[in-house]
Amino acid sequence: MTLLTDTLKDSAISPKATTSMSSETSDPSRPLIRVSDFDFFYGEKQALFDINMEMLENEVTAFIGPSGCGKSTLLRCINRMNDLVDVARIGRGKIEVNDADIYDPRVDTIELRKRVGMVFQKSNPFPKSIYENVIYGLRIQGINKKSVLDEAVERCLKGAALWDEVKDRLDTSGLSLSGGQQQRLCIARALAVEPDILLMDEPCSALDPVATAKVEELIHSLKDQYTIVIVTHNMQQAARVSDKTAFFYLGKLIEMAKTDEIFMSPKNEQTEAYISGRFG
Amino acid sequence: MSTNAILSRERPSQGLGFHSKPSKAKTTEKFVFWVFRLGTYFILACASVIFLTIFFKGSQTVFQSEFPFINTEFLLEAPQTLHVFEHEGQSYEMSDTNFRIFEEEQGVDIKTSTYAYSGGGIWPCIVGTVLLVLGAMGIALTLGVLSAIFLSEYSKPGKTLNAIRLSILNLAGVPSIVFGIFGVGFFVLAAPQFAFSQDAAGSFTELGNTGFYFKFGWGVSLLAGCFTLAFMVLPVIISASEESLRAIPQGLREASLALGASKWTAIRTNVLPYAMPGILTSSIIGVARVAGETAPIMFTAAYAMRDQLPWEGLEKWSDFFFQGVMALPYHIYVVSAKIPQNEYTERMQYGTAFVFLVIVAGIALASILLRIRMRKKYRW
Repeated sequence: MTLLTDTLKDSAISPKATTSMSSETSDPSRPLIRVSDFDFFYGEKQALFDINMEMLENEVTAFIGPSGCGKSTLLRCINRMNDLVDVARIGRGKIEVNDADIYDPRVDTIELRKRVGMVFQKSNPFPKSIYENVIYGLRIQGINKKSVLDEAVERCLKGAALWDEVKDRLDTSGLSLSGGQQQRLCIARALAVEPDILLMDEPCSALDPVATAKVEELIHSLKDQYTIVIVTHNMQQAARVSDKTAFFYLGKLIEMAKTDEIFMSPKNEQTEAYISGRFG
Repeated sequence: MSTNAILSRERPSQGLGFHSKPSKAKTTEKFVFWVFRLGTYFILACASVIFLTIFFKGSQTVFQSEFPFINTEFLLEAPQTLHVFEHEGQSYEMSDTNFRIFEEEQGVDIKTSTYAYSGGGIWPCIVGTVLLVLGAMGIALTLGVLSAIFLSEYSKPGKTLNAIRLSILNLAGVPSIVFGIFGVGFFVLAAPQFAFSQDAAGSFTELGNTGFYFKFGWGVSLLAGCFTLAFMVLPVIISASEESLRAIPQGLREASLALGASKWTAIRTNVLPYAMPGILTSSIIGVARVAGETAPIMFTAAYAMRDQLPWEGLEKWSDFFFQGVMALPYHIYVVSAKIPQNEYTERMQYGTAFVFLVIVAGIALASILLRIRMRKKYRW
């Protein structure tokens, strides 16, 4: 254990040392999400141990690690989806988005989730038309003006690289689409509320290679406008899409660095073992 | 023993091996099969006897051989005394109203044998039952869906929730007569009634000098009956609604919340609409029970006889809810058990039962159609 903690301290992440904290200026590489000393519990069971990390604006950060390592848990903490779990609680530390502590009691989770969108592992379009799926986030904000909605549908479906495939059948059910299309519809739906951050929880795990390639391409193109955090089981995918990669194991952040570095020359033995396929 | 030896021993000789031989296992199998089959047939036979008897005897009352083929008097008149008499060599059977007109036309006093409740029809009972069912289902669905949403979406699991669940389950097992008595105590005698003006007040007492009038008890009334029946079906509706809500994939809730919906918005837009078909299915069972129960209404809402229809002779709109009504199940009870039996009452009994079954089947069919429509609209 001590060994792990030491490695952690020495590893490339050490957030406080690396980045400038200017929040006012829109410095392209400022940290948009900052996790500090974060402990998280499900009931008595500790799921995350002392997580420290930063995710920079307009970068794709990939979380990798074996099942149950806490990567999805951390992701769901960033937009407070874990609030839905009755026994979930934070032991220590905080998560800041845009320099605001999101677990502050004054934080409105509705506002937070508008800024921090999420795409789920299992594509879950609403049993409504494609059109209604995309504008759901706007409708619930009370936006009903047809021109605004039409514009949003086109922009978001184009943004999610789905427009050409569905533009002639916007009124058919979102469930009539193929798996890959459904997942891109879910991404389009998340884009409609104009978030700053997109959290993706294994978005390609249920997709075939062709659909996966399309979603990955999409992630690449979204990077310019959004900060993306993606959880993935697929290391090739992490290598392909991300700028930074974080390796989790047993609820701890083992190593986080530029994706190239992590895959070419991991500093930690466990990271290397996992990446080279010796466990996990 | 080698594998070959086993194979050769088991191998059927000259293709005769598959011919069946009597064995104990086979006899048991056959016996058990017949027990199951006979059990099912027995139930089928019982159901057929009940339905066919009601259908044949009832249809003789409801239908007739001459135009318009339906006995409109039976369906659209109030129950009346039946006059059976002979006049100028012909025998007549007439309801009270018709008999008086006939007597007037003939200009003579005619001596008749009279049979209570055996003439006229059951229109007020049909109206009363429909009103009771609509009111009770409205109350039960509202309260039931509200509490089901609370239980399945908002409440945290724990001892309190288990206690609530347990008491709802127990409520489902309470005999209907207990609900009836509860209804008397709670609604007929104790529930408060308010009035806001002097002339409406009647038997009310004024609260101080506020111009605000008040009295205990709703009396034997439509409202008391609806609430009593609603409380009786609530357990069924709550548990079924809860199950329908839980059947909605968690992903829909999460997706809504992740898009910035509040919990209630998520439920309203992406949970409740898809749970509605299931909730309606459960309410079909509720409808049949509400329409059919006699015990809960006999002390709270039902009159054995009332000439006026519920919308007749109202002094103010609120009187509509505070009047007793006739109801089909109670009418069946009255004509079968409370009046002297004779050849003429039987017609009323079977006729009423027949109409009653048709109405319950009709309401159930309507809910099924509504459910199918909703399923089509909200498919996932």
